[in-house]
Amino acid sequence: MNHIVSPYLTFAYLIASVCFILALQGLSSPTNARRGNAIGAFGMLVAVVGTLILAGIIDYKWIAAGLIIGSLIGAAMSIWIPMTKMPERIALSHCFGGLAAALVGVVEYHHRGASIDRFTMGALGLEVFLGFLTFTGSLMAFGKLQGLIAGAPVTWKGQNATNITMFFGALVLLVLLVIDPSRAVLFYAMGALGLLVGVLAVLPIGGADMPVVISLLNSYAGLASAATGFALGNNVLIIAGALDGTSGFLLSMKMSKAMNRSFANVLFGAFGQVAPAADGAAGPAANYNLATVEDAVGVLTASQSVIVVPGYGMAVSQAQHAVRELAQALEANGATVKYAIHPVAGRMPGHMNVLLAEANVSYEQLFDLDDINDEFSRTDVTLVVGANDVVNPAAKNNPGSPIHGMPVFNVEESRAVIVLKRSMNTGFAGIENDLFVQPNTMMVLGDAKKTLREFIAGVKEEAAA
Amino acid sequence: MANELLFGLFIFVLAGFLGHYVIEKVPPLLHTPLMAGTNAISGISLVGSLVAAGSGWGWTATLLGFVAVTCATINTVGGFLITDRMLKMFKRRGAKG
Repeated sequence: MNHIVSPYLTFAYLIASVCFILALQGLSSPTNARRGNAIGAFGMLVAVVGTLILAGIIDYKWIAAGLIIGSLIGAAMSIWIPMTKMPERIALSHCFGGLAAALVGVVEYHHRGASIDRFTMGALGLEVFLGFLTFTGSLMAFGKLQGLIAGAPVTWKGQNATNITMFFGALVLLVLLVIDPSRAVLFYAMGALGLLVGVLAVLPIGGADMPVVISLLNSYAGLASAATGFALGNNVLIIAGALDGTSGFLLSMKMSKAMNRSFANVLFGAFGQVAPAADGAAGPAANYNLATVEDAVGVLTASQSVIVVPGYGMAVSQAQHAVRELAQALEANGATVKYAIHPVAGRMPGHMNVLLAEANVSYEQLFDLDDINDEFSRTDVTLVVGANDVVNPAAKNNPGSPIHGMPVFNVEESRAVIVLKRSMNTGFAGIENDLFVQPNTMMVLGDAKKTLREFIAGVKEEAAA
Repeated sequence: MANELLFGLFIFVLAGFLGHYVIEKVPPLLHTPLMAGTNAISGISLVGSLVAAGSGWGWTATLLGFVAVTCATINTVGGFLITDRMLKMFKRRGAKG
């Protein structure tokens, strides 16, 4: 069952495992993270070179082709992709990871056929099911992020029942396979079921829930790798898979918590069912304070403390550089500027941090929810750039709201609030936002980047006058 | 066989615990690089793909193995590169870039 023959190879895998753990440890602070990442890459190199030399490989033609093509595509995808496309990029890599694991499982089964023992069979079954599920699930997530598929949740009657049935169906297949590993039809049926479940499980999930879904797919990709490790009796795969699986799982827990929703609630779609009710209700949106750029510039220049709350809208309008320029202009004016980053702002964990880092914002200015929430009451003006649900006071004071209980920023406590928004349509989740109708809130409608440019010009003009 | 499986499980559970403690210490600031980085690391399934593609198990294995090698290489090479590109951007005020 074991491909590994050489003790040197086992040793190479041990080095790789240690390197991977050091890589993750490096991520505990931005100062050590790059070095950690380099150590991780070194570990990977050791494992791959060791395998090429010591694993009894006899034919290098196709391996070389795969390594070259993969390296070229991987490098291209990493060097030229804009930071705003990072969620799409991550979804695609889950997709590749899942496919690779699933294919290795298929080859393994195909090669060993009926001689497979039960334990290996169980691992292979899980590997192929999780691998294919991650593959199509991530493709769907990518499609939704990229706008190829409708981003809004797609729901139909009996959906959850169908999904649960298929999940248990896969489980039954797995048990049957373990009992009799020679039934190839069942094995391939299990793979096909994985492909189907991936599509159907992501279809009902809306864009605002993407951070949870992407994290969860991250976890599945890791578990698929770990299952590969079990099937091949390869410890480094088990360790790397366990690390990736835990990481994705922890992230999805954190994301669900930041939305005050249970895992099950995200997976079996609640937002989708709530949204239509709020749609089209003109409601209180009529009494918001529409402000001009001049009004907003007046407030901004008069402020000594400013907090910026970015959201997905900032990514959409690629406004991160304009945000930083405005902050610099305000700082030149004597104001302090901080950024309040909600865990689920954007479409993946840490999305806003990466964008602001790209725009050269010092990470010391980026604050988490808990670290900054008490400061709003002492702040002159809060500038909301394309964020919606994370600044909605209904989460605190309206038990009927679908987002009630979600931890949100106390933005309304600051002296003034300026909200940059494309239009007065309700947000992705289709929920009215009470913040927009508060007397101290000024709404400036239009493309965030364009508006920010006007702000910058205005602030600089005032400073010069 | 059962022993081998249990040994694997042993490693899996301990690695999971270790992962939990290490990853808990990663600040939300670096959650995106964490995802990209773990992705690169789980591209280690590349070693399985290499064996599948290069062990002379017939054309089906070679072909599927080749696709798997390509996918896993995209993830490892691309994953470490993009993680580095992101981490490079995280700077303190005044640091040159």
